[in-house]
Amino acid sequence: MSLNYLTPEFKVIRDYDLCINCKVCMRQCANEVHSYDEQLYKMVADDFKCVNCQRCVVMCPTHALTIINHPQDFRQHANWSYDTIRDIYRQAETGAVLLTAMGNDKPYPIYWDKMVVNASQVTNPSIDPLREPMELRVYIGRKPDKIELDENLNVKTQMPPQLKLEVPILFSAMSYGSISYNAHASLSRAAEKLGICYNTGEGGLHKDFRKYGKNTIVQVASGRFGVNREYLNTAAAVEIKIGQGAKPGIGGHLPGEKVSEDVSETRMIPVGSDAISPAPHHDIYSIEDLSQLIFSLKEATDYKKPVGVKIAAVNNVAAIASGIARAGADYIAIDGFRGGTGAAPKRIRDNVGIPIEFAIASVDSRLRSEGIRHTVSLIASGSIRNSADIIKAIALGADAVYIGSAALIALGCHMCQKCNTGKCNWGIATQDPYLVKRLNPEIGYKRLVNLVTAWGHEIKEMLGGMGINDIESLKGNRLMLRGIGMTQKELDILGILAAGE
Amino acid sequence: MLKEGQVRIPSGCAISGMMDQTGAVFTGQKIADSIATMHDRSNGLGGGFASYGIYPEFKDHYAFHIFYNDLQSRQETEEYLKANFVVAFEEKIPTRKIPQITNAPLIYRYFALPKLEKLNDTELTDDDFIVKFVFDVNIKIKGAYIFSSGKNMGVFKAVGYPEDVAEFFKLESYSGYIWTAHGRFPTNTPGWWGGAHPFNLLNISVVHNGELSSYDTNRKYLEEFGYVCTLQTDTEVVAYIFDLLLRKQKLPINLVCKVIASPLWDQIDRMSPKEKALYSSLKIIYSKALLNGPFSIIVTFEDGFVAINDRIKLRPLTAAQNGDMIYVASEESAIREVCKNPEKIWIPRGGEPVVAKLKQTNTNEIYESKEVTA
Repeated sequence: MSLNYLTPEFKVIRDYDLCINCKVCMRQCANEVHSYDEQLYKMVADDFKCVNCQRCVVMCPTHALTIINHPQDFRQHANWSYDTIRDIYRQAETGAVLLTAMGNDKPYPIYWDKMVVNASQVTNPSIDPLREPMELRVYIGRKPDKIELDENLNVKTQMPPQLKLEVPILFSAMSYGSISYNAHASLSRAAEKLGICYNTGEGGLHKDFRKYGKNTIVQVASGRFGVNREYLNTAAAVEIKIGQGAKPGIGGHLPGEKVSEDVSETRMIPVGSDAISPAPHHDIYSIEDLSQLIFSLKEATDYKKPVGVKIAAVNNVAAIASGIARAGADYIAIDGFRGGTGAAPKRIRDNVGIPIEFAIASVDSRLRSEGIRHTVSLIASGSIRNSADIIKAIALGADAVYIGSAALIALGCHMCQKCNTGKCNWGIATQDPYLVKRLNPEIGYKRLVNLVTAWGHEIKEMLGGMGINDIESLKGNRLMLRGIGMTQKELDILGILAAGE
Repeated sequence: MLKEGQVRIPSGCAISGMMDQTGAVFTGQKIADSIATMHDRSNGLGGGFASYGIYPEFKDHYAFHIFYNDLQSRQETEEYLKANFVVAFEEKIPTRKIPQITNAPLIYRYFALPKLEKLNDTELTDDDFIVKFVFDVNIKIKGAYIFSSGKNMGVFKAVGYPEDVAEFFKLESYSGYIWTAHGRFPTNTPGWWGGAHPFNLLNISVVHNGELSSYDTNRKYLEEFGYVCTLQTDTEVVAYIFDLLLRKQKLPINLVCKVIASPLWDQIDRMSPKEKALYSSLKIIYSKALLNGPFSIIVTFEDGFVAINDRIKLRPLTAAQNGDMIYVASEESAIREVCKNPEKIWIPRGGEPVVAKLKQTNTNEIYESKEVTA
């Protein structure tokens, strides 16, 4: 295409008083924004190529660089916004679906921020977690109605398999392919250290990480990449992925150029071939089919591992979740419409699905009204940003949460939303060996451990403030929440009172 | 403003309980004297008593104690009652007019047995039939509230200080082998007769000093098993948890105590394999029945009671034994008021139950973990 009507999105500002022409920025930028002008004897930048990943800004030894949104704008128009016009230019040039990454960034209300948490005063003492025991351990899995004991108090109940988590947090499904080897190395090691689990996503389990099996959830997605008996039995749990929040109802596509030797072996597909995950599982066209797959996987793992199902938060999520629980799933992971991803069609990412806050509340209520809530665990995901979001998710009814974007940010992700290009300058969403090396798994794992440890402390503090010393007593405890700035209908669906009530 | 019953009311309180393990009965004056000692732990907005063994002449009948706001609710309830039950005897519960207790509802009691044909129609057990009846009346009939539904036992409660409630209900004229009492300190309510303790379902009654932070979690768990929490008062869930685990699921009382005040995971991790299997299974299966927040409670059954604190002992509880008598109370003074020199007196540790049982039904002595000098 000869004509390009686009202007740069970002502007690279260089303080030439500080720049020492060291060329670090040039070496750090996989997008080739920076170069050295031999005639001018100074570094220059091509704003067009900048994605605002801020790698150069952080690495510049003299802090000479600043990236800003490009000041060039269109004539102000409330309907035809800057992004809207640019998207049309891009599609008029390419005729293609617009791809993007890392979560819906539209200004929908964030309901987490419209809920506030209770604290005890006088009638019920707050509990000081520095002095009193606080329990954050949870078990994910199907629970029986009752315990059966013999006359000597030996347990006769055959306890369904449980996933033990020392804090109610898991690392979301992120495949090897969408993220790097070093990112997986960081996640898996951190999960082991923290006593929690990470999720392989649909990309198979790299042989190097089998040693973290007891902290691994393996996914069985529509592409069935890397799925075999050993893969299933190495893990602590198996998760059937039906959908994900960032792109409900569509499949996935890992471009052939990302299928390196290593990815090929892990996914069990030829090097350089495109890895297409179909939109549906081609053996699941009904809830009965899902049930059969759940029990096939239970058979394959000797009924020793929980088998969960991950779905995106969509309109009838409560009814769907009820069906999944009755189909035999041990846990249901529900991913809200702000969930991150390595690549998604922009229109789908930004317009399909519902907020996780409503989904988790309505699923919890529905399962409870049917008397089956206690038989299945719920994991909430889709932009859990901090420990307060976790507290609120659990009070709305979740047993635990998945964190994905937050974990990647801990590893260095700067939310440039260009994972789909494979040029992640932070070594996270890339398979380029030169870039992958930038993420040191030793440092990455420590940063993840720090993040979850810090959140654990904060959860304990907030629990103590509520007069609770076991996270179990927060589950579905919606009396601990109050809503601000919501309609009565929204409050009713969330099952919470307004502030002051 | 929402009234109590529509909102949850946090409250402080005092509790006292006593039992003659031989089953010998004694009058309500003793428990009234005991709870009166802790007058300042109440604020006059609720007091109540439960007694076991008080209706020997109707010991096989369910004794319904019912508050009515008006004649219409009474008529409606009685029609429903008599359609489903054979009523052996009914009367207005005798009360004494005293200036301290005002705005009393109509208070009636009925000794009744389910009609066989009605029972057969429902395919429920006798007890489940009663539970359904109690929930139906409390939810569906406006102005009627069944606050006692056990056999050979009864709950007496009102808005007032507990010693005044005892005088109002003439408790000195009743004789029972177990008595429990409660003085209430709600913080933001004009008081409601139904909101006073004890809470009762069938033969289980509960008095509670504290506040359950886990109320909503407990409530939702119980709803899955068909319990309906109508009072929005946290103590209600304790009665239902005990009914579910003790009566329906037949767990031993000591294990029910380990559900509501479970050992910490740290402790379970250090247990022997057999104990570990037991306590971790209990904790995983019944995690939402854990009572969190401050509590000291006395839960009473027809053959005994259990008194227990929350795991980190956020509320006071003292126990004592003198001969066949077992005493528990929020404060030692409430025990010494009625038993000057008990043989043993101790402060149970957080989460460690004091279980007292009738000797003819269970030869076990009272259970205590570790004696602490009071």
